[in-house]
Amino acid sequence: MGSGERAEFKNPVVSWIDERLPVFSMMQQEYGVFPTPRNFNYFWNFGAIAMFMLVAMIATGIFLAMNYTPHVDMAFDSVERIDRDVNWGWMLRDIHMNGASFFFIAVYVHIFRGMYYGSYKKPRELLWILGVVIFLLMMATAFMGYVLPWGQMSYWGATVITNLFSAIPLVGDSIVTLLWGGFSIDNPTLNRFYALHYLMPFVIFAVVFLHVWALHICGSNNPTGIEPKGKQDTLPFHPYYTMKDTFGLLVFLVVFCVFVFYAPDYLGHPDNYKEANPLVTPPHIVPEWYFLPFYAILRAITFDVGIPGTEIVFISAKLGGVISMFGSIGLLLILPWLDTHPIRSARYRPKFRFFLIVFLVVFVMLGYIGSQPADATLFGAPLTLLGILSTTYYYGFFLVIIPWLNNTEKGKDLPKSIHDAVLEDAREAAKG
Amino acid sequence: MGHGAGETRRDFLQLTAGSFGAVGAGIALWPFVHSMNPAKDTLALSTTEVDISPIRKGQSITVMWRGKPVFIRHRTEAEIEEANAVSIADLPDKQDDAERVKKDKDQWLVLVGICTHLGCVPTGQKQTETRGEFNGWFCPCHGSHYDTSGRIRKGPAPKNLALPPYEFLSDTLIKIG
Repeated sequence: MGSGERAEFKNPVVSWIDERLPVFSMMQQEYGVFPTPRNFNYFWNFGAIAMFMLVAMIATGIFLAMNYTPHVDMAFDSVERIDRDVNWGWMLRDIHMNGASFFFIAVYVHIFRGMYYGSYKKPRELLWILGVVIFLLMMATAFMGYVLPWGQMSYWGATVITNLFSAIPLVGDSIVTLLWGGFSIDNPTLNRFYALHYLMPFVIFAVVFLHVWALHICGSNNPTGIEPKGKQDTLPFHPYYTMKDTFGLLVFLVVFCVFVFYAPDYLGHPDNYKEANPLVTPPHIVPEWYFLPFYAILRAITFDVGIPGTEIVFISAKLGGVISMFGSIGLLLILPWLDTHPIRSARYRPKFRFFLIVFLVVFVMLGYIGSQPADATLFGAPLTLLGILSTTYYYGFFLVIIPWLNNTEKGKDLPKSIHDAVLEDAREAAKG
Repeated sequence: MGHGAGETRRDFLQLTAGSFGAVGAGIALWPFVHSMNPAKDTLALSTTEVDISPIRKGQSITVMWRGKPVFIRHRTEAEIEEANAVSIADLPDKQDDAERVKKDKDQWLVLVGICTHLGCVPTGQKQTETRGEFNGWFCPCHGSHYDTSGRIRKGPAPKNLALPPYEFLSDTLIKIG
């Protein structure tokens, strides 16, 4: 990461090490004096918060693994034993369980912040793509982790999600058998999910390292979306942002602790406290909340795509749903090339800002739709209809609205510099 | 090997060595991938014998085969008639009832009890459970309706309930797998 002159350290041990492996210089350059835009708002806390959650998940996960047994006959009981008999086991498990949710909360805010302030735009495209990769890896990890307690939702969630791959033409069924290691979700599946669930967080950690590395090459974006032009626009990372991040993290952790200690099962499903039973499907299978919008997109496609009036089908409804779901994340990957508008921040793009906020509302709506049974209604309207409309907006936002705004939105005048924007805000505030 | 346009013997050697290495790496990967496929003991568990004599007309039982539920229904005359009364052209997955049972044993319907949509177990095995609009099975996950021949009639599932390979060892004993 670091380059340039090595700082002098007074402590002879530190100095001795630093001459041979400049870790102290690197920390000083990247986290001590690192020039950071002076105008961050609290949205900029969530990267650090997500980082903290990752470490917390790995720490609790390692200790949970010491008491967990990955076998279909024992997994469920071993988790109950962690809850009841292992010293502090309940707390480790509740932190891990709710930690997944809070990790996703932090990451969703972090992603939305990136979209709002145009942080994905040149030169931060690769930084953004690495972030989407982290998000995908998190989804895979969370899914496999949810299977481990071997409850009814674990089992049937795993069944539904692995069956998605059977939609792939020709090789789908062979892929599913390969994933399962058998002819249904069974012990081999549980074993490999456990192995991968233990591995993936370290892969995430490695990609986070690349993500932060890329960040430190081009520097942070900021609420104005204009690059710092000099010393008057930046602050050293320490103590200014170490303090701001710590404060934000503590507020976040207060909310987290409320869930961990007072409502540990609020975000979960009662069905998962029944042991997995391959012969009985729960009447209503739903994924964890953080997958609901994507689950709604999966279910929104209920029609085959083919030549009308004939029996010819190119894409079955099932394959169409799977493609739409993965495509919805694929759109994030290419977002830097869809949105080529020169202004980054939505602050100076009122139209983009309006459509982005509608997008947020639609995304939450999709989450609600995903949580309901397939045949539910809302104010008399069938949810399947709302599902397809919301999915259309999701795709339309990326593929129609954003390209359209590229050519039509003029945007507001940008401030001359970050420094100017901050002073302007201060003047406004003084006037009252 | 031509020597014109900057192509040299070295380019050829690099390409051959590169492809040889890539093929080698691919082959070395296969044992790892194949280790994830069903193991020999899993494959060995792949037949089940079932005594069907206790199943009365109108009743169904569920047995496990390869970790999956298999539905065995002893159909009534009315149910068989209903399955035959359908016009095949209207079915999403066109299959005659006769193709789905053994000859002269059409009272016995043997199906893999897994919805062809996303793998849930449909309800309808017990007479008290919902059997859907076509009196067969109903999948509660995403609302697929199957008829008395286990064919998909309504809902997102693309195919009829699968038929496991099975044979009658005698009038009252079947071997699945």
